[in-house]
Amino acid sequence: MKPSKEQQLWMYEHMLISRYFEESIETIYMEGKTPAFNMAKGPIPGEMHLSNGQEPCAVGVCAHLNASDIVTSTHRPHHVAIAKGVDLDRMTAEIFGKKTGLSGGRGGHMHIFDAAVNFSCSGIIAQGMGPAVGAALSRQMQQKDGVAVAFLGEGAANQGAFHETLNLAAVWKLPVVFVIEDNAWGISVSKSASTAIERNDQRAAAYGMPGHFVPGNDPLAVFEVAGEAIERARRGEGPSLIEIETYRLAGHFMGDAEGYRPEGEKDALFAKDPIPKMRAQLQAQHGWTDSDDAALVTRCHARVDTAIAFARDSAFPAPEEAMEKVFV
Amino acid sequence: MTVATKERKLTIARAMAEAIAQEMRIDEKVFVMGEDVGPLGGVFGNTRGLHEEFGSVRVRDTPISETAFMGAAVGAASDGMRPIVELMFVDFFGVCFDAIYNLMAKNTYFSGGETPVPVVLMTSTGGGYSDAGQHSQCLHATFAHLPGMKVVAPSNAYDAKGLMTAAIRDNNPVIFMFHKALQGMGWLGTEKDAIVHVPEEAYEVPIGKAAVVREGSDVTIVGITSGVHHGLKAARVLAERGISAEVVDLRSLVPLDRETVLASVRKTGRLIVVDEDYQSYGMSAEIISSVAEQGVALKAAPQRVAYPDIPIPFTPVMEQWALPSPEKIIAAFEKMQKMETR
Repeated sequence: MKPSKEQQLWMYEHMLISRYFEESIETIYMEGKTPAFNMAKGPIPGEMHLSNGQEPCAVGVCAHLNASDIVTSTHRPHHVAIAKGVDLDRMTAEIFGKKTGLSGGRGGHMHIFDAAVNFSCSGIIAQGMGPAVGAALSRQMQQKDGVAVAFLGEGAANQGAFHETLNLAAVWKLPVVFVIEDNAWGISVSKSASTAIERNDQRAAAYGMPGHFVPGNDPLAVFEVAGEAIERARRGEGPSLIEIETYRLAGHFMGDAEGYRPEGEKDALFAKDPIPKMRAQLQAQHGWTDSDDAALVTRCHARVDTAIAFARDSAFPAPEEAMEKVFV
Repeated sequence: MTVATKERKLTIARAMAEAIAQEMRIDEKVFVMGEDVGPLGGVFGNTRGLHEEFGSVRVRDTPISETAFMGAAVGAASDGMRPIVELMFVDFFGVCFDAIYNLMAKNTYFSGGETPVPVVLMTSTGGGYSDAGQHSQCLHATFAHLPGMKVVAPSNAYDAKGLMTAAIRDNNPVIFMFHKALQGMGWLGTEKDAIVHVPEEAYEVPIGKAAVVREGSDVTIVGITSGVHHGLKAARVLAERGISAEVVDLRSLVPLDRETVLASVRKTGRLIVVDEDYQSYGMSAEIISSVAEQGVALKAAPQRVAYPDIPIPFTPVMEQWALPSPEKIIAAFEKMQKMETR
């Protein structure tokens, strides 16, 4: 299935929001962290895993989902959260550790939960997969609509949870789709050094489910493949596995010097940046003009700026609120 | 006029299955999954009869994939279901603990309370039948130490049914630890005192409330699961010597009912804690330090009767030597008496 112009514009818009969001976080993150880099300092302390370059995975998949569908994401969750419709103000406030954040500052950037759109993530590799399978089981048992999508990195395909959950999802024929964002690097270890086969979609065969590979970090191709897998899940025909070749244009985390990358790799990736490519495509095929683009960019930036202002202006929680919400 | 109450003695296994069945009848969101919980009825009997009544959708045998189905329990609970999931032996937590302590225990907190995780994780504990160190541990403290999970462990069938009902109805994750030797399975050796009258109707035993199971005035013996029964046996022997022992069954480790323990120790002035879990860094230390922090005046230094800090050995001569027992509790009391007379 090909995306309509409207769907393409939706994808492009959310790629723009996501990229500008990450660029803004990147700048603010460094406040208070120069000249000496100290992770605990500044308005956004802690680890920060940015998703610049991986936007096609998020938008190509989430274009097929609605709020009642379930998504679990990873330690690098912002692009997926934005595409899934997570409340941007409250997510940003959470990243800033504010009282107005999604969990009132208890979770931070690696633990984004928004029950209103069924989004969650885990900072532990491959551990979003079990909950996605369980949510799919819940829908199947209740005969309620909805599919679950578990996003994971290529490194997660070497975790036990990957193999256990694929098998369980297939045995129970659950409405779940596993989406591997293959950015080629597990921190500093390359996929070829860690993974016995070239492409993880081949591992689907071991569990009797369809496996798909999407080359070139292409949002339109992701849309087509994800659409097929999600429709299959909605029809009750069971799970699928997708591996998307994507690019991590940022470091593993902020502060990563990326000395492990081969000379020139980063320049080559920037040359393939999916956002200018999608803009060119819209211009070539859908009469997208420079003024259309400028207006959209302005709107997307304003949306992000509003969220960041909300986060900056919000109060911190009282420290002793830390004792609340352990149990409900 | 007195109303005759029909005695209906059940094993813990039967009591657990009955509680689950009653909740499944009134709440279609409740379901059971785990290894061999289906037609077999659970290796320890606690899902017996459920598959016949509710079928294989709601009573699901899983593959031997604890990581997958523990994680799935979290996801199903987050989506509105109320899964009861079995970890066959508590010793198996090592293959799936991330789903338990990083997801099940923390998702409520990390969602600011907006995504509750109402899972009951039932798991067998305890040794004494020569199953060695990968199938005999208690690990009470391992679960109780990590915040975000309630932890209960009954010593008899009445509490087992009431705590299971309360656990299923609780909106938080509850770890339900049942001791194999108390389960009434025969082939695991059976503690007869664990088989008690259980009312037919559903009822709750409140989570976080200990019970004084024997009143006394000279020494407080605090126990959990097997430790309670060792304590009661020791108390009977001590009574023959004119010593009045009070026995407290904690029933819950999280939340911990420190008040009941403190009230008892304030009365008796002496404390012995009995725990089949490893001695160091465990529940016994938590109870004693809770009493010490409150400055309760003690007549003798408190004692603990717990499992030595060794992997659980296979051969009966070693295992039985290492296990807590009534005799060790009596010896602990005698040691306290010597300290007092010195």
